[in-house]
Amino acid sequence: MIPPPLAALTSLHDTGADWPSLDVVWRVLTLQDYNTRLVVMSTMILGLASGLVGCFLLLRKRSLMGDALSHATLPGIGLAFIVMASMGGTGKHLVGLLVGATVTGVIGVIMVLVVRNTSRIKDDAAMGIVLSVFFGLGMVVLSMVLSMPSGHAAGLESFIYGKTASMIMQDFLLLSGVAAIALLCSLLLLKEFTLLCFDEGFGRSQGWPIHGLDIILLGLVALVTVVGLQAVGLILIIAFLITPAAAARFWTNDLRNMLILSALIGGVSGWCGASISALLPRLPAGAVIVLVAAAFFVFSLFFGKTRGVVRTRLAMYRLKRKVGRQHLLRAVYEIQEAACAETGKPPANIAIPFRDLLLHRSWSPAHVRQDLRRAKNEDHIDQFDGQSLRLSESGFGEAARITRNHRLWEIFLITHADIAASHVDRDADSVEHVLSPDMVRELEQRLDLDSIPESPHYISPQKDRPHDMVR
Amino acid sequence: MKTKSYNSAKTLPADDHSPQAPLSIHDLTVAYHRKPVLWDIDLDIPEGKLVGIVGPNGAGKSTLIKACLDLIPTASGLVQVYGQPYKKQRAMVGYVPQRESVDWDFPVSALDVVTMGLYRDIGWFKTVRKKHKEIARSALDRVGIAHLADRQISQLSGGQQQRVFLARALAQDATLYFMDEPFAAVDAATERAIVTLLKDLKNQGKTTLVVHHDLATVSQYFDWVILLNMRVVAAGPTEEVFTAENLHRTYGGKLTLLAEAGHALSQIKRP
Repeated sequence: MIPPPLAALTSLHDTGADWPSLDVVWRVLTLQDYNTRLVVMSTMILGLASGLVGCFLLLRKRSLMGDALSHATLPGIGLAFIVMASMGGTGKHLVGLLVGATVTGVIGVIMVLVVRNTSRIKDDAAMGIVLSVFFGLGMVVLSMVLSMPSGHAAGLESFIYGKTASMIMQDFLLLSGVAAIALLCSLLLLKEFTLLCFDEGFGRSQGWPIHGLDIILLGLVALVTVVGLQAVGLILIIAFLITPAAAARFWTNDLRNMLILSALIGGVSGWCGASISALLPRLPAGAVIVLVAAAFFVFSLFFGKTRGVVRTRLAMYRLKRKVGRQHLLRAVYEIQEAACAETGKPPANIAIPFRDLLLHRSWSPAHVRQDLRRAKNEDHIDQFDGQSLRLSESGFGEAARITRNHRLWEIFLITHADIAASHVDRDADSVEHVLSPDMVRELEQRLDLDSIPESPHYISPQKDRPHDMVR
Repeated sequence: MKTKSYNSAKTLPADDHSPQAPLSIHDLTVAYHRKPVLWDIDLDIPEGKLVGIVGPNGAGKSTLIKACLDLIPTASGLVQVYGQPYKKQRAMVGYVPQRESVDWDFPVSALDVVTMGLYRDIGWFKTVRKKHKEIARSALDRVGIAHLADRQISQLSGGQQQRVFLARALAQDATLYFMDEPFAAVDAATERAIVTLLKDLKNQGKTTLVVHHDLATVSQYFDWVILLNMRVVAAGPTEEVFTAENLHRTYGGKLTLLAEAGHALSQIKRP
């Protein structure tokens, strides 16, 4: 380990990054060095554990609690060093430091709970206070330790940002143990944790020890945080807990899948992050790992299968276009129907004036023109010259089908309101757009209809029209 | 109405089919931040009744239910379920919390939520088995949404979510039910389905307490009423207790104001 003054010196002369050679990249990727292997495996296992635990932390809406906990570990590290140094050792015994970190971390969490339960201060404020006070205290203790004459304290500050290079076999075993505990708890207590996160009131009414479960969950968070201090550092460990879980949420609506996915994302982030940080040792490992996890998150945010922004926006856009098209075609059909009814004929594909279409519903001309252009591109409109328009053969068929579905729904809603309300909770206007062919068949059977029924309600009269075509 | 027998309560075993009241509350007082919200509640709920808990906002209706279920600390008093403390009788009690009390964006399906009613039976560390899922499915069927079993809960309408909560309580197979505002913001079809379900439970001899907001439907839905406004104003069979006078005493200012307005209107002499 480079002592701080020397490190500062090298970074002063450090101009530009020295990129690793292909040979080095290959050695890191194939885990050929013992050290790299150890670090990469350790960080990957940490990622698995934090991905699992993070899911529950996220769903319990206690993300900030994890942050308070991790910041509260700092004074513990300093104090543990002082205690151990005063007992005659070097003070840098890893397990001792981590025990110290755990103790103050847990005290921090207890302080949050005490502040919340005994005063009217809310969760977020309580956590904010505890987080910053403990971190401040930690910085004070740490600077005291660093100015201690023994001089062995150098490197303690790596707990703040994480330093994977300093990891040894002991860390690997520790991380594996914690990961095993996290996995075991997630498997055995899946049902209990689900209840805790979803509906604690109901859980308590059933006699589940909600406080006990909360303590187990926070205990897991504390374990992952403390063993993750070395790799990721106490400032960023919370990101490593929450980010994989948040990313996984975009891909699935099932908690079990979310847990698996979150663990995978955490593991891969740890692996990639540690590899990159092994190649570019000047970059703080914690930051690189968190950035890789963040990349997963951003990708999921946009492209996630169930809730990704792109997908939902695209689905919304498609639905909007579909609704627009269907409204247009139905309006045209209704106008045609009314015009034909006047002459006593069945509805036929006759040309209608553009003005009639505008009056039929309160649409803006620009909006209707846009819909018409789209319909023309889809070959639903045969001709439109700005004054009158005519549907194509396929457009007329589609218009008839849409109108029929719409009216079937209206009748269905009127005659079978109970069933309809439990099947859909939308009004007929939008329901037709989600109607499946099966549903239409069921409707036809139920209502004993197969032709296009008359609209069960009055179609709004068109003002200013020379010939009133109201049925 | 009240035949308190504090002594015999302790000696009778829980599974003895004694004529104990399903729920008896003795001198219950609940306080939030030093301000009492429920004062000296004394109630004995008879078996097999469909009980409406009615009162203005902030009257402590939900608090009463939560205090009975040990969800909030009580300042004093004693709650007994079939003559025993609630802690010993959890298996006999079903609970439907307010719909808004949970995050419906949670990554579980309707069926998953209903199986939560069985978690107690399943026990620590064990996983949900096929037979539990079948029980849950039939509970969903009873509330008419079996076809939505695999739907994620955020994709359900408000009424459907309420039905999921009711199905979860049904899966508990209790004999005493507490329901916190099951009729709040549901569609007409769901309201009818809930009423049918409540009547069903009553016909099976089960006792149900329902926090209710709509005064217009009280006498139609419930055969027993508790009028609550921080204390019990009146409690008993609906036809005896649900009177204009008792409502005045329960709703105090708000209804009095309305009554005065009505009175004033009736005094206007029309030529």
